Amino acid sequence: MVEITDLYKKFGKNDVLNGINLSIKEGGIFAVLGPNGSGKTTIIKSILGMVIPDSGSIKVFDTNIKNDSNYRHKIDYLPQIANFPSNLKVNELIKMIKDLRGNTIADQNLIETFKLKPFLNKKLGTLSGGTKQKVNIVLTFMFNSPIIILDEPTTGLDPISLIRLKELIKNEKAKGKTILITSHIMSFVEEVADNIVFILEGKIYFKGSISELKTLTKQQNFEHAIANILTENHA
Amino acid sequence: MLKILKYSFFDLMRSSWSYVYFAFYLLLGIVLLFLNNDLSKAVITLMNVIIVLVPLIGTIFGVMYYYNSKEFTELLLAQPLKRSSIFLGQYLGVAISLSMSLILGLGLPFIAYGLFKSSAIWDFSLLLIVGVFLTFIFSALAFNIALSHENKIKGFGYAILMWLFLAIIYDGLFLMSLILFEDYPLDKVSLIGTMLNPIDLSRTLILLKLDISALLGYTGAVFKQFFGTSFGLIVSFLALTIWVGLPVLRIIFKSNKKDF
Repeated sequence: MVEITDLYKKFGKNDVLNGINLSIKEGGIFAVLGPNGSGKTTIIKSILGMVIPDSGSIKVFDTNIKNDSNYRHKIDYLPQIANFPSNLKVNELIKMIKDLRGNTIADQNLIETFKLKPFLNKKLGTLSGGTKQKVNIVLTFMFNSPIIILDEPTTGLDPISLIRLKELIKNEKAKGKTILITSHIMSFVEEVADNIVFILEGKIYFKGSISELKTLTKQQNFEHAIANILTENHA
Repeated sequence: MLKILKYSFFDLMRSSWSYVYFAFYLLLGIVLLFLNNDLSKAVITLMNVIIVLVPLIGTIFGVMYYYNSKEFTELLLAQPLKRSSIFLGQYLGVAISLSMSLILGLGLPFIAYGLFKSSAIWDFSLLLIVGVFLTFIFSALAFNIALSHENKIKGFGYAILMWLFLAIIYDGLFLMSLILFEDYPLDKVSLIGTMLNPIDLSRTLILLKLDISALLGYTGAVFKQFFGTSFGLIVSFLALTIWVGLPVLRIIFKSNKKDF
């Protein structure tokens, strides 16, 4: 599905990715974890072609993504910080993205789920952080793509919306989609993720299921298990 | 690309700055025409304004639009769109909307004045064509500078410096070098020197078309011999086209390598 081989990336003198090898198979929820600045967002942006790696290759559905843009039809992406053009109205933005990617009617349901109706005619610049994130979620989930990438999806959401988001993610998983998530909220990861990948200083330190991690680190608690990898090198 | 162009264009058309720019030219055209009553004098005054102002506005708008639409760009980059079409679409959106303001703002008062019955129509059209070229050249240069600098303040600084250099400093250096080497034959050198700066090139092109080259003395005669002919005209427009083409190519090249 997504094949990453020997990925290296430097920003100036800062080595962000140091030879990442990762293969993500079809179906299921993968969580990419790691402390701040470990390279999670860089990996995700590399898959999307927003960051151009120094060396290494990325294949999505067996095609190399270098100099290609069509493969992004198969990916829905939720960016970390919802930065939208501030003078655009919510429904204008939705219409525009539909115009660029193809028509869909799934947005109506999502707008209903996240109670966005009253905001449709408001400019994006006037919305609160949480509401922006809801718009972001609508834009991401309204297309029926086989891969979904969520970068910190829980940011700014109230508890009710968080529950709805979890349901949404579970529904998408049930349809056999591959979902890639980064998050710092461990309870959220533990609840939704099937497999986790732990990254530290641009290298993969652990890849496997949560129960495998717990037996490896001999910890009962997921949060402690993660902390354990940080202190002791299990790779 | 056309979809991006459409969104950028309408986005700019809704911004009040386009109207301010349009209103400025409208006012300038009306004042010059109806208080002056001499069409060819009005064209000369307009030339002086256009030659300096159009590049400045193109530069500032280009840089400003790039930095202001950063969020929009990032949103687009995650969509199945080619990078070159995203950036070229935005660039053309800026350049076309600025050109529209220029053409409509100056064209309307001139048409109201009775341009179509006047002999100055060719001078006026040349003025507008040159203005459009300058808009395309300087917004492309501005996009280049903005693409190369993450820091807004730096980008703005370099863009203004670029304008200052081409609009003012270049002429000074050019003149100084002419005085310094006045013992040598400089016809060809000054011709080439003029070609290398789009602002100088545009100014010379219009001045010679207006048939006031006698004011320029001997050099004027040499210039007239070159620019006055259709060969010279073709070469000048070719030079202006290259001035648009090279920065646009660099936009494509640079945007394909950039990280977001």
